[in-house]
Amino acid sequence: MTAASAEQRREPIVSVRDLQVRFQTSDRRATVKAVDGVNFDVRRGETFGIIGESGSGKTTIGRALVFLLNPSAGAILHDGIDPTALSRTEFQNHRRDYQIIFQDPNAALNPRMTILASVLEPLELARVGSRAERERQAREALERVGLPQEFGERYPHQLSGGQKQRVVIARALTLKPKLIVCDEVVAALDMSIRGDVLNLFADLQRDLGLTYVFITHDLAVVSHISERVAVMYLGQFVELGPTEEVAERPLHPYTIALLSAEPRPLPSAMRQEGRIVLQGEVPSPIDPPSGCRFRTRCPHAQPLCTERVPEWRELKSDHWVACHFADRPNFSPN
Amino acid sequence: MEAGQPAQRRAEGARDGARPLLSVRGLGIRFKTTQGIWQATRRIDFDIAPGERVGIVGESGCGKTITGLSILRLLPGNFAGLDGKILFDGVDLASCSARQMRAIRGKRIAMIFQEPMSALDPVFTVGHQIAETLRVHSNIGQEEARAKTLKMLRRVGIASPERRIDDYPHQLSGGMRQRVMIAASLICGPQLLIADEPTTALDVTVQAQILELLRDISETSKTALMLITHDLGVVAETCTRMITMYAGEVIEDASVDEALVRPLHPYTSGLLRSLPHLSPRHGRLPSIPGRVPSIAEMPAGCRFRARCAHATKGCEAEQKLQDAGGGRRVRCHRFAELNLPGALHPPDAPAAAKVATQ
Ligand SMILES: Nc1ncnc2c1ncn2[C@@H]1O[C@H](COP(=O)(O)OP(=O)(O)OP(=O)(O)O)[C@@H](O)[C@H]1O
Ligand SMILES: Nc1ncnc2c1ncn2[C@@H]1O[C@H](COP(=O)(O)OP(=O)(O)OP(=O)(O)O)[C@@H](O)[C@H]1O
Ligand code: SF4
Ligand code: SF4
Ligand SMILES: [Mg+2]
Ligand SMILES: [Mg+2]
Repeated sequence: MTAASAEQRREPIVSVRDLQVRFQTSDRRATVKAVDGVNFDVRRGETFGIIGESGSGKTTIGRALVFLLNPSAGAILHDGIDPTALSRTEFQNHRRDYQIIFQDPNAALNPRMTILASVLEPLELARVGSRAERERQAREALERVGLPQEFGERYPHQLSGGQKQRVVIARALTLKPKLIVCDEVVAALDMSIRGDVLNLFADLQRDLGLTYVFITHDLAVVSHISERVAVMYLGQFVELGPTEEVAERPLHPYTIALLSAEPRPLPSAMRQEGRIVLQGEVPSPIDPPSGCRFRTRCPHAQPLCTERVPEWRELKSDHWVACHFADRPNFSPN
Repeated sequence: MEAGQPAQRRAEGARDGARPLLSVRGLGIRFKTTQGIWQATRRIDFDIAPGERVGIVGESGCGKTITGLSILRLLPGNFAGLDGKILFDGVDLASCSARQMRAIRGKRIAMIFQEPMSALDPVFTVGHQIAETLRVHSNIGQEEARAKTLKMLRRVGIASPERRIDDYPHQLSGGMRQRVMIAASLICGPQLLIADEPTTALDVTVQAQILELLRDISETSKTALMLITHDLGVVAETCTRMITMYAGEVIEDASVDEALVRPLHPYTSGLLRSLPHLSPRHGRLPSIPGRVPSIAEMPAGCRFRARCAHATKGCEAEQKLQDAGGGRRVRCHRFAELNLPGALHPPDAPAAAKVATQ
């Protein structure tokens, strides 16, 4: 790699500063702090993983990253610029480079459009090449995700869950964006096709320099695909670092519990116990606990944890954590 | 009987010769498409005993969801016909009246759908939707239904359920919607629960809690569970038996422990070898070379033939789901001579790379 490109890689493609996203509850009497003060950069060409608790705000961050919703406070910069400051047309063009693939493929597919038409749509909006050229590209994209020709003429309801998810992936890939937020995109796929699709993502990254933000509950997937991973709990990051570090030497008690709960495909005789079962109810983002948000379920909680919010600190190089006691050695799972 | 010993459990179940709760025989489903009639599944045979937990795995599109939907007779509009029998507690669901079916659906057989957003009605609050299921099938008042709904929401791990019960589906995260679906399916205490990818939208700690709940309900109330999933870890931790499907057929049926350690069908073995955490980090993931045959070119004989490393001449003949001894069944005539690797035989790296690039 030349010095210039190494330099380029270091400049973040996305910078997130003090991001907050709030929603009103249905009775309008309370506020859900879905994302509550998150800071991170996504580096050009990397795969940035986000794992964490259900309802902790992962999808909300994903939507904010591509400006499908506006931050309630804080800023998101793309390539150093603030997209909300662009003119309407500039913003529309800019947006094409930042795509999101959703958790639920039904939300992304028009039920009245054939599969081929759905994949063609973004190419048509972007006026790529001739009609024949667009159709060739769309069919090629479907082929790449393992869907035979005959699926082009079908409608979404005639496809299985995993087949629909692959259509949505094919559709996002045709545009060759700079960044794709992938929200649980391989969960609906069987192991073998999942392998194919993840290999495809890796190929595109290598060939086109794509950057991914990969949101998933599958720890094996995240540790396979991403360079860095962030762990979310109740609207905040609790840990962020190189994936191998986080997976093998986790610093935060929530991360440790999460890693221990991964189900393993082993016969009953070989399965080890040692799973950390979190006690207590999942607190609500409407009124999160004082001090450390994880304290109501943390096996190591101390009085200090109720009183003071743990600082977000870089405990090891590039490895961040928010826990008062993360530097204590007795935290590790074994 | 002890929990966590699926193999033993299965053997005991078989010994008492308990009458199966569900008995599917020769099930096949056809659809009308613009390209003609499409035979989506065929010759599906399996039994589920009361309290048994069966995992259904297989490649995306092999027919898992439509098999589940056919048991509830909830097939889509372009459904063109069904062969075979679906015996549930002695009644053939394939031929019973729509009225009989309505009394069974939601009460005696419930289903957790693969896509919670499409299964929940966007114009009603989640509390209303769960309480309605209960009120349709039992004679209870609004207050009581609401109280039971709150209790169930708490049981599936929804924080502050009294604040969430009046939320609309779009206000919930993916995982919360999924838990709402699970609450709705369990509220009437079904005898058979068909759960289609019930935990893929959940983080692993909540997943562990839901799986525990499902296991608990199956043990205490003898609810039979048909668990459709791509996650073999979930099958290993929750189920007693594993049925593998490929291209619209059942190709293997064995206890979970046996299937994981010593799969008898080359496809099951390939699936186990594709598990990501068995592969070197950041290397290429192993996958089964080739693609599922398209319906137009479905080969005669073994449907896995074009992708199978063990194919021989005899594979061109129709493969029957045959008895492999010890309560196992497999659709491959070579099962006895092949010694296939399972989840415990991590493929060595160079071989894995070869598979992926083939
Ligand atoms: N439109 C909305 N109105 C009200 N609350 C919302 C809305 N969208 C999301 N929320 C709330 O914000 C919080 C975070 O939701 P989000 O979908 O980002 O979670 P998530 O981490 O993606 O969870 P999951 O893993 O379950 O998909 C949840 O409490 C959710 O109920
Ligand atoms: N309404 C329909 N019309 C035509 N074909 C259909 C219809 N519904 C499903 N199919 C086809 O039937 C096959 C089985 O679908 P099914 O949804 O059961 O798959 P699945 O095993 O659940 O897959 P996944 O793991 O991706 O959810 C698929 O190839 C699908 O394309
Ligand atoms: S700050 Fe306290 S409560 Fe929070 S994670 Fe650390 S030890 Fe647990
Ligand atoms: S019948 Fe032949 S082709 Fe089919 S799985 Fe067995 S060995 Fe392979
Ligand atoms: Mg989400
Ligand atoms: Mg399905």
